[in-house]
Amino acid sequence: MKSVLPVVSVVAFLLVVWIVSVVPMNIHLAADQAARGDVAVQPDDARARQEVGAVALALRNPAVIPMTYTLDRPRLPGPQQVVGELWNTVFMVSPTSRQSLIYHGWVTLSATLLGFAMGTALGIALAVGIVFSRTMDLSVMPWAIASQTIPILALAPMIIVVMGAIGIQGLLPKAIISAYLSFFPVVVGMVKGLRSPDAMQLDLLRTYHAGPAQGFWKLRLPASVPYLFASLKIGISASLVGAIVGELPTGARAGFGARMLVGDQYGQPLVTWAALFAAAITAAALVGLFALMERITLRRMGMAA
Amino acid sequence: MMALAAIMLIWGAGWTINLMLARRGGNGVGWMAPLVFGLTILLIWEVYVRLAGVSPIILPPPSAIAVTFSDSLPLLWADFAQTILKGAMTGYVLGAIAAFAIAVLADRSDFLMRGILPVGGFMAALPIVGTAPIFVKWLGSDWPSKAAVVGVMVFFPILVNTVAGLRDTTTMQRDLMRTYGAGYWPTLLKLRLPAALPFIFNGLKIATTLALIGAIVAEFFGSPTVGMGFRISTSVGQLALDLVWAEIVVAALAGSAFYGVMAWIEGRLTFWHPSQRT
Repeated sequence: MKSVLPVVSVVAFLLVVWIVSVVPMNIHLAADQAARGDVAVQPDDARARQEVGAVALALRNPAVIPMTYTLDRPRLPGPQQVVGELWNTVFMVSPTSRQSLIYHGWVTLSATLLGFAMGTALGIALAVGIVFSRTMDLSVMPWAIASQTIPILALAPMIIVVMGAIGIQGLLPKAIISAYLSFFPVVVGMVKGLRSPDAMQLDLLRTYHAGPAQGFWKLRLPASVPYLFASLKIGISASLVGAIVGELPTGARAGFGARMLVGDQYGQPLVTWAALFAAAITAAALVGLFALMERITLRRMGMAA
Repeated sequence: MMALAAIMLIWGAGWTINLMLARRGGNGVGWMAPLVFGLTILLIWEVYVRLAGVSPIILPPPSAIAVTFSDSLPLLWADFAQTILKGAMTGYVLGAIAAFAIAVLADRSDFLMRGILPVGGFMAALPIVGTAPIFVKWLGSDWPSKAAVVGVMVFFPILVNTVAGLRDTTTMQRDLMRTYGAGYWPTLLKLRLPAALPFIFNGLKIATTLALIGAIVAEFFGSPTVGMGFRISTSVGQLALDLVWAEIVVAALAGSAFYGVMAWIEGRLTFWHPSQRT
């Protein structure tokens, strides 16, 4: 509770920086628009205005400053414009419409969740294999660790195109990208977690005459839960980024990535900004959901920090 | 059928070698086993593509990728210089310096620290790479816009880790410094920054991969006609997948080397830390 005020202050500071930056970012556009609308602007000539710095132009034309917040195609939209666009495209249109961010969000989210489920299941299975087989540990684990240092996201465009070429389109290619992005963090985290019981605990089980299977279910698996949740939180945000990037290079028509690209190409910055914020809110909600599940699970298991 | 038999044979051989290696133990197993495993996968890939008649357009065999790699070295180097050296490195250095400076400044106020840690941790989980179209619009399509995306992406992990690291001293250690009559700066330089180094390097290592991802993905939103992201997206469009794979090899090598360099520096600077003792 005692961190609420500091967090609110930091967020408020960022918001103020944003609001203040809108004026210098948009003042040239706003001045041009005002001049076209027969409002007296200093200096009058459009070319002369380009020579003037943003802050100087704002100071010489205080009347134009309010316009910087209401441009149709701003360089930097005001927060209220982004919120308005989000409101309009989330609540004001039918969720099945192509205008609706809920529709686009579901396209991205379904691929994310499907891929995340596949990647997590495979990751846990491989981690169990690695912990119980020294050969797998020696041959596979270094590659799982090395994969964290390379930008495997670069594979995304190729997966989409190759799978499209063999007739698989839509959800699955994006889900596969999400799957392999969440796969490696889960493997690395789960191996760490399954190995986290110390020698004393393993010895205790041995004195109980517990076999490897009992050791796994009663000690290793419960001990790995905190590590699993840490990996899941990394994995789900990586999955979402994967699904978004999977929509970029092939001109997908639906999804957050497609909205960002459409806004970019058709000069509708508000569409890009709204998609960006919607993606951020989705990521925050997913990570928050797993953090909540983590707290409840750990508390019920008696491991709450 | 023949392809399947050959694959089973290669897999069996590779796995047997590794089983023997694992049972023998001793020196060198740590790098020999993954090497054998990697070679087995490459061999299976090659044999599968050749025997099962997979179109080389869809999945080029490793040998074809190697040939393309060595044939287009000048092209790959130009892309590497544009994306990694200019875009990723500039952004990485700027983002790291900014994060470090803000962490040290915020560190003077407990209030700020308690605000920045959760906000920074939250921002690090967001899909920041989506800001790429905005930066491309603001800064043009050449490398500065990529450096900006990279800078923002690496900023938050480094910030959060540095802030966490600066708090990682015990009361006993700080009291000791006080008994020496050390003020803020000596305490910062001689105790708290060295103690924070393992955290800082953790952030810097996480950021190496992010920097490469940011620089490559930002090029999907607009770039001059050079760069790894540009080459990947256009070559995918032309179904020149051998060139795409060659770029991915470059990205993998660059990523591992970048990470390796940071890990090496970490080892030199934090040799005293328990995680570095062997």
